Amino acid sequence: MNEQLQSDFDKFVKTSKFSREEIQFKKNYLNNFIKKGFPNRKQEDWKFLDISQIIKKNISNLSYFNDYSQSNKIDPSIFVDGLEHNKIIFINGRIEKIDFNFEEQNKIEIIDETKKNISFDYENSLIDLNSAFTDKVFKILIKKNYSLKKPLIIYHSTDDKIKSTNINLRLDFELGENSCLKIIDYFANNTAKNFINIFYNFNLEKDSILKNYKIDKFINNNLKYSFNNIEQGNNSVSETFILSAGSDYFKNEINCNLNGEYSSAFINGIFSLKENQQHEIRTTINHLVENTKSYQLIKSVLGKNSKSAYQGRIFVNSKAQKTDGYQLSKAILLDETSEFNAKPELEIYADDVKCSHGSASGSLDENSIFYLMSRGLNYQQSKELLINGFLMDVVEKITDVEIKNLITNIIGLKQ
Amino acid sequence: MDTREKDIEKLKDYKYGFTTDIENIKAPKGLNENVIKFISNIKKEPKWMLDFRLKAYERLKLLKEPNWQKPKYPKIDYQDLYYYSAPKSMKDKPKSLDELDPKLLETYKKLGIPLQEQARLNGIAVDAVFDSVSVATTFKGELTKHGIIFCSMSEAIQKHPDLVKKYLGTVIPVTDHFFATLNSAVFTDGSFVYIPEGVKCPMELSTYFRINASETGQFERTLIIADKGSYVSYLEGCTAPMRDENQLHAANVELIALDDAEIKYSTVQNWYPGDENGKGGIYNFVTKRGLCKGNNSKISWTQVETGSAITWKYPSCILKGDNSIGEFYSIAITNNHQKADTGTKMIHLGKNTKSKIISKGISAGYSDMTYRGLVDINSKAKNSSNYTQCDSLLMGNKCGAHTVPYIKNKNFDSNIAHEATTSKISEEQLHYCQQRGLNPEEAVGLIVNGFCKEVLQQLPMEFAVEAQKLVGISLEGSVG
Repeated sequence: MNEQLQSDFDKFVKTSKFSREEIQFKKNYLNNFIKKGFPNRKQEDWKFLDISQIIKKNISNLSYFNDYSQSNKIDPSIFVDGLEHNKIIFINGRIEKIDFNFEEQNKIEIIDETKKNISFDYENSLIDLNSAFTDKVFKILIKKNYSLKKPLIIYHSTDDKIKSTNINLRLDFELGENSCLKIIDYFANNTAKNFINIFYNFNLEKDSILKNYKIDKFINNNLKYSFNNIEQGNNSVSETFILSAGSDYFKNEINCNLNGEYSSAFINGIFSLKENQQHEIRTTINHLVENTKSYQLIKSVLGKNSKSAYQGRIFVNSKAQKTDGYQLSKAILLDETSEFNAKPELEIYADDVKCSHGSASGSLDENSIFYLMSRGLNYQQSKELLINGFLMDVVEKITDVEIKNLITNIIGLKQ
Repeated sequence: MDTREKDIEKLKDYKYGFTTDIENIKAPKGLNENVIKFISNIKKEPKWMLDFRLKAYERLKLLKEPNWQKPKYPKIDYQDLYYYSAPKSMKDKPKSLDELDPKLLETYKKLGIPLQEQARLNGIAVDAVFDSVSVATTFKGELTKHGIIFCSMSEAIQKHPDLVKKYLGTVIPVTDHFFATLNSAVFTDGSFVYIPEGVKCPMELSTYFRINASETGQFERTLIIADKGSYVSYLEGCTAPMRDENQLHAANVELIALDDAEIKYSTVQNWYPGDENGKGGIYNFVTKRGLCKGNNSKISWTQVETGSAITWKYPSCILKGDNSIGEFYSIAITNNHQKADTGTKMIHLGKNTKSKIISKGISAGYSDMTYRGLVDINSKAKNSSNYTQCDSLLMGNKCGAHTVPYIKNKNFDSNIAHEATTSKISEEQLHYCQQRGLNPEEAVGLIVNGFCKEVLQQLPMEFAVEAQKLVGISLEGSVG
């Protein structure tokens, strides 16, 4: 693997127009990754789903080389209808378009940050891999007191030109004081097997609001890993919603540092898995100062041979008195071959806190099905109705009405 | 000197003469094959026992000390330990209660432990020892009547080799983790209990009443077998603080419940936790595992952990038989610089198996407490259920409380429910109690006892009263 990494890296450097300095910078990350390799189950964070095994099993010869020198054609059929929005379009990992047509242009700045070091502690080799192979890194800066009029949809799409390839992409966002940004990550349906490694870095200044919705709905064979690092200032709010349903493998990881007082983080997630899918959500919420709040709700509906895992960690620093942390994960197992794993973790060093977590898993309640059937529904309908209600609970948590309706429609839930 | 005194002198002489012989027997420092052979030889063990130990030792050479736990400790040099030394002679022991640490005596007083018992715990008064020996013998008679075997492990290896051979190492195999394997190689003694078919053990069995149990070994090995339809309740340890020279304790406890049998195992551990600054103290790295081998069997663990500098243990249940039940009730209290990483594992293999986990953690001072647990429902364990509740109470902002549950559900007929909360004693509660005339420490004691009630209820009567006091005492100095 290492030789291939090295030769793919050389090829990648040759086809791109990096400065010598940039190449050296990327080389360091490559060496880090070569040293560590893909994470495996020996690492606590990868205990339930071992990515090195999953990649080995699914992609026989993973190529790290991706030609960013040629542009790709944008297929407009992937665009979301019925909602006016700004666009960032990634095709095969290359940024094809950044389009903020609905906004005041002087309120948004786009900065090239390819050389910038990552500014937080991580032990994750996939971030090294990402930093070594990303093409361009842009920072999107929302200026003070500006709320975007329309949501931003980031399209992730691949075409038949590439397969068995590792695609790495990264975006940085900075939300100025009292600004507001809504992002929808939209994963199109592609069938070729690729390993997509996404890294977002958010910096939320005082009083800013970030809403991030990740929608992976359409069945595809990709393996995906997404990492969000969120730094929050005073009184800022972040809301993350994850719909994890389409890919063969998808791990969403969120690291949220509540650095400012009265900041809060909300994470809601749905796993809706079928045949052979393996998905995971891992969250780390670090309560670092007083009066911060976090809320997490994750629900799974698991079909045949599917496996979901939720690892949630709430960390409370000794300074972070008056913390309010809450975590709930629930799962419905529909088949005897489905599997649910959870590790809700609390690590608390302050005494005046309210922290709790809960986890429940089991099959659909027979009594409820009986009740509905006695009211004239057939077995299938009753089952669907119950699952509908179970998942609707999470969708209801979305604070933006327009996006809530969009997501309800995409999932196919009834209000 | 009158005749009576002379008699006592004689008795002492005899005692000394008797023990000096043993005193000379001490295995050389370090861990190697010869030391293991030495231990086996001195205990006159049969060949199969020695083979068992050597097999464990072979395995041990390949193993590495685990380091995933939360409380870290300085590296232990395993070649710098004595793996066998004969019990201390009367000469080294304190002659009267006056020689003891006054702090220790104060605690005894608070716990309400009678003088005779205090002396026995420290191995002082000859009378007291004799007294309890005779008590123990009476108990023995009663047990033999029912066909119950309750003796030391060494005795069991000599007298009941078939039972030991059949069951030893079946729950904790020699190929288990580092500390368990270390124990398999070098264990010195422990308790052995066998309850025959259909017998309900008429009394609570306790290490306290077992002859030869005055020294808790560093590497204890306990094996309890409950045959079909039998019942036994076993108590380990006692509420009185135990001073011990050995820093590392790596005991193994194996429980086996056959069809329709029930084992209740209660532990109160109050070993030396080190001083206020976290210096010294015992490392309690114990492996406890129960196997519900037969259908409809039940194993219940109850533990009150207040002592030791580091407690690192997970009493577990393997629910192999259909309809078997596993329970775990725990109170863990850490104060000053104590650290605990404790919890349980419930492994559901049989159909209709049920487990329940109630864990209460209290941390005060600079201490750190972790609940770590695993609930694993296998794909064949149809219609199983688990309920877990783990609550933590924090006193002060220098301590930590952590919860790390692992939940694995591979069966769609089964339910797992897990709840955890972390909180502190509210000012209102304290104020209310103080207003009614309690001093702050009493108030905290009262509130904490309420918090722990669900677990304390599971303890046998005599024990529960002492344990309740112990809970209060362990938290002394943590208020205000």
